[in-house]
Amino acid sequence: MGKRDLTGSRIRARRLDCGIGQATLARRVGISPAYLSLIEHNRRSIGGKLLLDIATGLGVEPVTLSPGADMLKVDALNEAAAGFPEAAAGPDDTAQFVGRFPGWADLVVRQHGQIRSLSRLVETLSDRLAHDPQFAASMHEVLSVVTAIRSAAGILTSDVDIEPEWQARFRRNLYEDSRRLAQGMDALVEMLDTGGDLTGGSQSLLPAEELERWLSEKGFHIPELEGPQAMSADELLEQTPQLQRTPALRAFSRAYLQRYRRDAGRVPMNGLMRAMAQETPDPQAIAAELGCDLACVLRRIACMPAESGIGPVGIVLCDASGTLVFRKPVDGFSIPRFGAACPIWPLFQALSRPMAPLVQRLDPAGPRLDRFVAVAISQPTGGTSLRQPQTFEATMLLVADDPHSGFSRAMFSAAADPLKVGSGCRVCSVQDCVARREPSILPGAGGDERGAGHIL
Amino acid sequence: MDNRILLIEDEPNISEAIRFILQRDGYLVDMHSDGATALAAVAQKHPGMVILDVMLPNRSGFDILRDLRANDATAGLPVLILTARGQDKDRDLAMRLGASRFITKPFSNADVLTAVRELIAP
Repeated sequence: MGKRDLTGSRIRARRLDCGIGQATLARRVGISPAYLSLIEHNRRSIGGKLLLDIATGLGVEPVTLSPGADMLKVDALNEAAAGFPEAAAGPDDTAQFVGRFPGWADLVVRQHGQIRSLSRLVETLSDRLAHDPQFAASMHEVLSVVTAIRSAAGILTSDVDIEPEWQARFRRNLYEDSRRLAQGMDALVEMLDTGGDLTGGSQSLLPAEELERWLSEKGFHIPELEGPQAMSADELLEQTPQLQRTPALRAFSRAYLQRYRRDAGRVPMNGLMRAMAQETPDPQAIAAELGCDLACVLRRIACMPAESGIGPVGIVLCDASGTLVFRKPVDGFSIPRFGAACPIWPLFQALSRPMAPLVQRLDPAGPRLDRFVAVAISQPTGGTSLRQPQTFEATMLLVADDPHSGFSRAMFSAAADPLKVGSGCRVCSVQDCVARREPSILPGAGGDERGAGHIL
Repeated sequence: MDNRILLIEDEPNISEAIRFILQRDGYLVDMHSDGATALAAVAQKHPGMVILDVMLPNRSGFDILRDLRANDATAGLPVLILTARGQDKDRDLAMRLGASRFITKPFSNADVLTAVRELIAP
């Protein structure tokens, strides 16, 4: 019902706009008023000559009555309505609303889009405020200096006599601290400026963020490291000034590029693309056929070129402490930048079941209707000596629902019942979540006392 | 009660100001700035009270507080926590770990004096 053709509703809206009676229009077109009524209530499909006649009878261009772009509006409105079930804006009414009030529908769709992008910004900034070590250090510096200034000023302005030597000392402290405060504020403002523009600037980015930005520009696919003529990771690094800005970025990037090249040697892209083009591609079967591990295949799938047609996929890696160490974002699935992710994710479940693959349908909390399948596995890493502790790394591939992708269809048919997940507790709307560790900042989303009890 | 206070704070100008106002009020103040050796400083100075910053170099003030409370000799020692982390969860954590008082930065001199006077006499 929600996606039916809305031509009838548009005809009715135009007719009422023109002040033409139903019987009058029916007579002009040469059909009965009862039949026009069925058309106007979208109970009869319409096209061809009759549509042209009705447009002529209304004195409008036929294209203004045609179906098409309204379907996108219906989808967007249904998505907006799903976020506010208490508003009782059911999908049965959506088509009528779009057809009869196209301007208002357009407004709601635009506002919904705006709310979505603002929510993403809030999510990212909240994550940054809570977990970004650079931001925390800057805030701590500013608060410390303000405290010192306040104390010194309080002493100097008190009624009690202060010896000249102490007066001089606190005046000097005031002078030094006011300079430090100015510098600290400059750094903070610069950081917040960059934080507001989440796609620009690199002054305060962490190495992982800078590498992610470079990879994003390449679509996470690096042709220079693929195939028999692949260059070495160090050669590519030398040719890429964006990855050499700081020693930390350089080291982080080298480790990533080295692993990428190793993966490319074990799972050549041509073979992977052939395997993924089969009717029901299965990463585990591909791993078995190539004699490599599943995590390696998942990483290779995540860096397949866009033209491969596998549809949108993302990937997240974490170490055994649960710290996210790498992420390729995918639209519709929020991944926090600085850790503190949703403990329900199969990524973390996999850590408790090493070597056992997990396939799970995930429905992200929130107003969007995106659906994903996660394929996750935890595998041992390092451990070259019995005297060293065994470490683990978990990998989770995120496959978006894409009816045009055989891989997406195969994964959705293999996945278990959907699981509602969030990005992280602070920005998650799921109520009564067994894994909540802190209250949400979202209104009405479990922002009670419960979460605080899990901190220790 | 001993009116000696051990001030564990790594920001020298804050330490200097707090020491000044407490000494003017009649307290004896020793200063220490490193988290890793803070417990040793407590054992050495035998203060009647500790003023403890949370974000210290090498060791968190929360960890130090936890160890102070786990030691019979210092389990009842008054501890005033100073921190720039003013969120409710930090305050809850400090109180659960056994803090006697909790003050967030930026504080006033009067805040510190009032809290200290409530915990030990000059």
